[in-house]
Amino acid sequence: MADTEKIIEIQVLRYRPEQDKEPVLQSYKVPFTDDMSVLQGLQYIKDYLDETVSFRWSCRMAICGSCGMMIDGKPKLSCKTFLREYYPQGLRVEALAHMPIERDLIVSVEDFVTKLESIKPYIIPKEPRTLEQGEYLQTPQQRDMYEQFSSCINCMLCYAACPQYGLNPKFTGPGVLALLHRYNADSRDGGQAERLGLGYADEGFWGCTAVGYCSEVCPKGVDPANAINQNKMNSAINYFTRFVTPGGADK
Amino acid sequence: MKRSNEPIFWSLFGAGGMLAALIGPALVFITGIAVPFGLFFKPDTMSYAHMLAFSQSWAGKIFVLAVIALFLWHAAHRIHILLHDFGVHAVTAVRVLCYGGAFAGTVIAAYTLLMIKA
Repeated sequence: MADTEKIIEIQVLRYRPEQDKEPVLQSYKVPFTDDMSVLQGLQYIKDYLDETVSFRWSCRMAICGSCGMMIDGKPKLSCKTFLREYYPQGLRVEALAHMPIERDLIVSVEDFVTKLESIKPYIIPKEPRTLEQGEYLQTPQQRDMYEQFSSCINCMLCYAACPQYGLNPKFTGPGVLALLHRYNADSRDGGQAERLGLGYADEGFWGCTAVGYCSEVCPKGVDPANAINQNKMNSAINYFTRFVTPGGADK
Repeated sequence: MKRSNEPIFWSLFGAGGMLAALIGPALVFITGIAVPFGLFFKPDTMSYAHMLAFSQSWAGKIFVLAVIALFLWHAAHRIHILLHDFGVHAVTAVRVLCYGGAFAGTVIAAYTLLMIKA
C-alpha cells in the first residue's frame, strides 16, 4: 500500500421525508484508493462520516442490480464505477431519475415490479411434459435468439435513461419490454399471445421513439432498443395481417 | 390493453426511411449535382419535355408519388417524435400539423400527377 491517500469530494443527494421538503445535496470528503468503487465510497461515508445516509446494495459485483444511481447525471451501477474516474474534480451521486425517491438514494421500485409481473417473466411451456419425457431441448441457435436479453438484472438503469418513461410513466419501459421479448423469443415458450397484447399497445413497444440510451447504459450488455424494434416490426405485420389471419381480429 | 394505431404511421415512416436511404442520396446527386454540372447525363435530361414524358407514364407517376408522399410521411413522423422528445406536448396540434401536412402533400401530389395527361 505505497499509495498516498487521496481525498475525493462526493456530493450525495439527501432526502429525509421527515425533515426535508425537497432533496438537497450534501458533501463529504472521502479518502480513497484506486481500487475503490463509488459504492465503497458511500460505504465509507456510512461507516465513518454519516450513518444516516441510505442506499441499496448487496452483491458488490454487478449481478444483484441493487446499487443503481445517477453518478454525475448518468445512470450507473455504483459497484461497477470507480472513484478514480472522478478524481480530482469529485462526483455527484443522486437517486435514479424518473422514479419517486423513498429516502436519499433509495427509489420506489413498485412501478417497475408491477410492470415486470404483468408480462409474466417466466417460461409458459408450449406443451406440458412429465418428468419421464425429460427436459425441453433447445439448439444453440434457438438459445441465441434470446440469450442476451436474459442477462437483465432488473437494475432499472434503463428506466432512468429512458426519456419516454420520464415523460410518461405509463410506458412499459425498456427493461420489461426486453424481458417480454426474452420469453417470447424462447423456443420452449408458448405464452406469446398472453404477452403481446401488452406489447401492441401505445404503452408497449409503440411508446418507444428509438432514442437508444437504454442500450447504452445497460451494465449487462442487454440491448432493449433492439428488442423493441424487432417487436415493432412484428406488431406492425400483425396489425395489418390480423384481418386475414383466422382468429387474428380478436387479438 | 388497447391496441395502438401507431403501426399505420410507423409503416409509412419506415417505408419512407427505406426509400430515402436507398435512393435519396442518388436523387440529390443526379438532380442537384450531376445534371446541373453536365456530368454523366445529357444537359437536357431534366428539361420540361423529359420530365413531362416521365410523369405521363404510370410507372413514372407511381415513382414520383412514392418519393414525394413517403418522404413526407417519414419527415412528419420524425418531426412529431422529435417534438415529443423535446417535451412539446400539444399532442393533437402536433399530430394534425405533422400528419395533416403529409396527408395534404400526398393528396396534392396524387391529384397533380393524375391531371398530367399523356
